[in-house]
Amino acid sequence: MSFLNFVISGISLGSIYAIIALGYTMVYGIAKMLNFAHGDVIMVGAYVCFFAVSKYNLPPLVGVLLAVVICTLLGMTIEKLAYKPLRSATSLAVLITAIGVSYFLQNAALLLWTSNPKIFPSFFKRAGADATQAVNGVSLFGGQLRISYVTVVTIAVCLVIMVALTLFTSRTKMGKAMRACSEDKDAARLMGINVDSTISLTFAIGSGLAAIAGVLLCSAYPTLVPTTGSMPGIKAFTAAVFGGIGSIPGALLGGILLGVIEIFAKAYISTQMSDAVVFAVLIIVLLVKPAGLLGRKIHEKV
Amino acid sequence: MKKLWKNKTTRKSFVTYAFVVLAYVILQSIAAGGGMKSSLKGMLVPICAYVVMAISLNLVVGISGELSLGHAGFMSVGAFTGVTAAIALQNAIPNAPLRLVVAMVVGAVFAGIVGFLIGIPVLRLKGDYLAIVTLAFGEIIKSIFNNLYVGMDGKGLHISLLEDKTHLMEDGRLIIAGPMGIGGIQKIATFTAGFILILVCLFVIFNLVNSRSGRAIMAIRDNRIAAESVGISVTKYKMMAFVISAAMAGAAGTLFALNYSTVVANKFDFNTSILVLVFVVFGGLGNMLGSIIAAAVLTVLPEALRGFATYRMLIYAIVLVLVMLATNSPRLKALLARLVPGRKEEGTDG
Repeated sequence: MSFLNFVISGISLGSIYAIIALGYTMVYGIAKMLNFAHGDVIMVGAYVCFFAVSKYNLPPLVGVLLAVVICTLLGMTIEKLAYKPLRSATSLAVLITAIGVSYFLQNAALLLWTSNPKIFPSFFKRAGADATQAVNGVSLFGGQLRISYVTVVTIAVCLVIMVALTLFTSRTKMGKAMRACSEDKDAARLMGINVDSTISLTFAIGSGLAAIAGVLLCSAYPTLVPTTGSMPGIKAFTAAVFGGIGSIPGALLGGILLGVIEIFAKAYISTQMSDAVVFAVLIIVLLVKPAGLLGRKIHEKV
Repeated sequence: MKKLWKNKTTRKSFVTYAFVVLAYVILQSIAAGGGMKSSLKGMLVPICAYVVMAISLNLVVGISGELSLGHAGFMSVGAFTGVTAAIALQNAIPNAPLRLVVAMVVGAVFAGIVGFLIGIPVLRLKGDYLAIVTLAFGEIIKSIFNNLYVGMDGKGLHISLLEDKTHLMEDGRLIIAGPMGIGGIQKIATFTAGFILILVCLFVIFNLVNSRSGRAIMAIRDNRIAAESVGISVTKYKMMAFVISAAMAGAAGTLFALNYSTVVANKFDFNTSILVLVFVVFGGLGNMLGSIIAAAVLTVLPEALRGFATYRMLIYAIVLVLVMLATNSPRLKALLARLVPGRKEEGTDG
């Protein structure tokens, strides 16, 4: 049963990585840039939700919505101020700018909210049979298999987002515009697509998803500090590359595999070395499939 | 001599050497005269270490054209192996400067070997995939040193991973203690040693860049397929740049670690790699003098901003973004090109 438990918690962690990885992969697909500030948008989303719920006593759902709205605006602002002027610059210049934005967000959070860890409230529980005791999960097979509500909600949210996003990119006009821009910006512009607003929309969606990921992440691992987002950010970026950067199903696959591998490494190999195992698997996968699991291999023309 | 001076690359390297020597003489005389604040004095060796990190990374990113996000990993390898050597040889080599040199050589050799081993898989990849794999190796190296235990006793070195299984004899000493890192280091690193290391690295880089191999490396950077088609072995020359860069970073790591009494693996994380990359991009790709100045200024800047206390890192971040925006703005570039004719052709090569 412990094996099944590990699989489920791995999928749950992987779902969070997948949601974050979506932000990376969409932005990479369309703007061809590594948005290193993405991990810190997660942190901002978690803080907004934390303050909305703990300090202003808003209902959790309103807190999450508020976080999504603020992160969406934040993402669009960052894109407009920092990345848009660099559209024609080298990718390295954009990368350094993204790192600058990341530093900025972390240090602004440090000033605004201090480095004292905040304990994120748990949303997903119900009153138990005994009114003083809250139940935060379901037990199956006589208590051998315990699934917390956070896990269930995380996996469900991830699936909903995946389906919605796939439908959005394949059916709607905006989604098609997005795909067109990621194929060829100049051709898309000739077809009457507003490339700037499409890129802005991509950042908006990615950042909104980051807010959701932030809330889910902090519900599962409730310590919230200004650097909360950096390591999950790096891992999710790894997940995006793992699955093939630029591909939406790839982000899902990469995220979930990465989560499962991480939990398995923690359980069966070593807690301290789990990160090393995760990265080692990534390296092996990239050597066998240099464009990631579901990435398209682009042949160079001479 | 006059002919030499006309050669642009030679001139450029002489200017760089002159700058480094001048900076050393000025700083050393200020320090000797007692006119230097102790906080700045303590930063002289780290500045040297970061300068070496920056020029060595510039060899990979600027000259060889591969984005590496794990350069701190090599620094880490150099720091841990070099300091271990320094401690192990404490009795064998009582002369501190000589021990420092031996330690730096050990650090450089080990980092070079690790660089070679990492280079085999890494250099098969391209672009962002290569970047993410170097990032992954940096994290793996950090994880390993966080869980490595190395002890020394009469029978020699004992190494174990994950938990302390070294079983030392009574006179033994645990050198690397997992997440606690190395403690009780004798601070034998000096500013002069750092200065010499910088000169040696510059000498190696300039000679490499102006050699047949260096031109091959740059040809691969500019057009891999064209270079391949004239018979340049891509793997060989990329590996050459990568290993030399790793070895230099290793020596820098040893120098850096021997300036402090303790060193832990978490010091050399992703953020350190990024910090060094920022130096390189700020100074200009392929421009060694730029890297040196950027590394020195950006190491001192957070210290100089200490008056602003809590806001200093925020200011640092804003400065970083603004400089990137300013230097990449097409309008500003056009203006500069008009003001300084001929600037463009000088700025494009190393």
